[in-house]
Amino acid sequence: MTAPIETTGVAREAHPEAIADAAGARIEGRSLGQIAWARFRRDRVAMAGGVVIIFMVLVAIFAPLITDVIGGGPTEYHDDLLDPVLNIPTGSFGGASWDHPLGLEPVNGRDIFSRICYGARISMLVAFLATLLSVVLGVVLGTVAGYFGGWVDGLISRAMDVFLAFPLLLFAIAIGSSLQGEAFGLHGDTLRITVLIFVIGFFSWPYIARIVRGQTLSLREREFVEAARSLGATDRHIIFKELLPNLVGPILVYSTLLIPTNILFEAALSYLGVGVQEPTASWGGMLSAATPRYQDAPMFMVVPGVTIFITVLAFNLLGDGLRDALDPRSR
Amino acid sequence: MTEGARAGDDVNVAQAGEPEAASRREPGDVLVRVRGLRKHFPIRSGMTRRRAGTVKAVDGLDFDIREGETLGLVGESGCGKSTTGRMVMRLLEPSEGTIEFGGRDLTRLSRGQLRPLRRDFQMIFQDPQSSLNPRHTVGTIVGLPFRLQKVTPEGGVKKAVQELLELVGLSPEHYNRYPHEFSGGQRQRIGIARALALRPKLVVADEPVSALDVSIQAQVVNLLDDLQSEFGLTYLIIAHDLSVVRHTSDRVAVMYLGKIVEIADREDLYSSPKHPYTVALMSAVPVPDPARRESRDRILLKGDVPSPMDPPPACRFHTRCWKAQDICKTQEPPLAELTTRHQVACHFPENMPTEDGAGEAVLLAKPAPADAVAAGEGAEAVAETSAEAPAETSADGAAEPVAESSTDSPAETPAAASPKAPDEAPGKDTPPTPAP
Repeated sequence: MTAPIETTGVAREAHPEAIADAAGARIEGRSLGQIAWARFRRDRVAMAGGVVIIFMVLVAIFAPLITDVIGGGPTEYHDDLLDPVLNIPTGSFGGASWDHPLGLEPVNGRDIFSRICYGARISMLVAFLATLLSVVLGVVLGTVAGYFGGWVDGLISRAMDVFLAFPLLLFAIAIGSSLQGEAFGLHGDTLRITVLIFVIGFFSWPYIARIVRGQTLSLREREFVEAARSLGATDRHIIFKELLPNLVGPILVYSTLLIPTNILFEAALSYLGVGVQEPTASWGGMLSAATPRYQDAPMFMVVPGVTIFITVLAFNLLGDGLRDALDPRSR
Repeated sequence: MTEGARAGDDVNVAQAGEPEAASRREPGDVLVRVRGLRKHFPIRSGMTRRRAGTVKAVDGLDFDIREGETLGLVGESGCGKSTTGRMVMRLLEPSEGTIEFGGRDLTRLSRGQLRPLRRDFQMIFQDPQSSLNPRHTVGTIVGLPFRLQKVTPEGGVKKAVQELLELVGLSPEHYNRYPHEFSGGQRQRIGIARALALRPKLVVADEPVSALDVSIQAQVVNLLDDLQSEFGLTYLIIAHDLSVVRHTSDRVAVMYLGKIVEIADREDLYSSPKHPYTVALMSAVPVPDPARRESRDRILLKGDVPSPMDPPPACRFHTRCWKAQDICKTQEPPLAELTTRHQVACHFPENMPTEDGAGEAVLLAKPAPADAVAAGEGAEAVAETSAEAPAETSADGAAEPVAESSTDSPAETPAAASPKAPDEAPGKDTPPTPAP
């Protein structure tokens, strides 16, 4: 029989752990975040990804300082280092030298290393801000849809379907080419970067929103939400204090995985001529300029390609590592 | 078991002289009055969300919970007992009916109006894994009631939380720990501390121990007991484990398919169950004694519980009842008081008192020795209420075929409660003797 033995009064003595703990001095619990961080630090691959990303971000931030030391400015023309007949850099590996470690462009003779450094600024700026925008939109709409359900959920979910079905690339090209010159009080590269950020951000929020909605749906059935409600908690309190802390993990993971997608998307748009224009440097733009010359100047194409590859790979490794650290069950 | 907790409702002076009766609190005024409570969940299907059916999870409940008593709610899974608990907490909106708490109808209040009242009724949840937010420290979790209700306890929230932790048998040093660092039993204690933070009057415990290891169940049940006597709490305990309910409850209500089929004082119910469903339920309680196990009658119900989407007409139990007759399929038996404080919804109840005043064969029920303590007190309570409640018993007239056999003469009343007395002799099933 599962009957509890009648031991009224014994209950108080039956906690050896309480007694043991009382003897110990201060007890500081480890939060799930601290545990995840400890787990993450043991994951070398993800740590390597993180180091590469930090390096890339630093390069982007300090691009002017770096290029002052090596390579010179991104729009300095080094015609003297080009072969006057073929218009390609003299010397092996695309004219690589101590002054120009990654060689020079054909035709213009600009330093590839410094253009990569400056291109990182565009890529990082667009990718981070677009991801931020989509995370904000995705988290807000995803929690609202998941928490309130009903017609709100129906509306938001249908909107997500529409956004995911949208021919994004065509739309971006159309918008990019129709917003030449001046719009919204912005012009030139500022306008183009803003447009890129908004287009990419607006179209990638459903990826985050879907994850957040699903998580919210399962979390709101948990008993701690009912407990808060039975204490008279407002919806606001439940969403911000009970649900969101539990959503930080998945949000972090999927944002990290969304950034490389957005880097690639920015590169693709720049490649297609929708992104920033010459002479501003961007990785996609460099690839695009290198395509017709890949036979006589292979370095010009290899360098931005490999840079994009390494950056995207680093973000993906970091994202996978974060997922493993934050949710060990998914491994 | 402090004297102070009892001081408030020491109305029954007569009882004070008897030490055993004093150890259990006497029920006071009605704290919770539930009438006609229903919860129907619509089933929607297809693109148009057409209403394809209704799950009648709870279909017309009437019961009272008196101040200081423990009402146990038992039944199989899916019978609507958890739904009932959640409606009493107003975590679910009732489809119909009223829930009066201290005289105020909770079902008519808006969320905002209800908020300040919520400190008076709290809930203990079933699953200690999911009832504590994994991202919050124990201090935050147990302190949440103070913050949400904007109550500033004397000496600050932290001090109050640490006192609560001590109260439930945890170390106050655990303040900064996270739920995942605790065992199931400890987590349930944290949940209990949270429920008690605002000193509620009513605590709804939904399967408070079913997720716990059997060895821990006793600790938690005893903790609930101690807290009840210390703070004069009223409990609504929802459980499927008859032993747990027997150990904790003063009164027990048995539910089947969204309805209460039987409600009675604990001893009365366990010693002479009257509804066939209750009898079957009791016969399923495991008996730890192999010798006795051989001799008992295990009633196996045939078939499954019918779907609550389409419950059987009239008596809902007739599809599985071995006593069912035509009337059971056409006429719904009302929940009627057949003997004092013992309401049954059945046309052909079992264990009814016969002419010589003794009950029929008493099934299986073998109270643990300590239960005998309550036996004498139970009889007294019965005697006392029978005098004051002629209005309630008049409902008997509605149950036609039964009404003749269930006479409510005062002489027979103690007899209904008496059959436990012989059981005090351990190990032997002596036939029940008539009361003196």
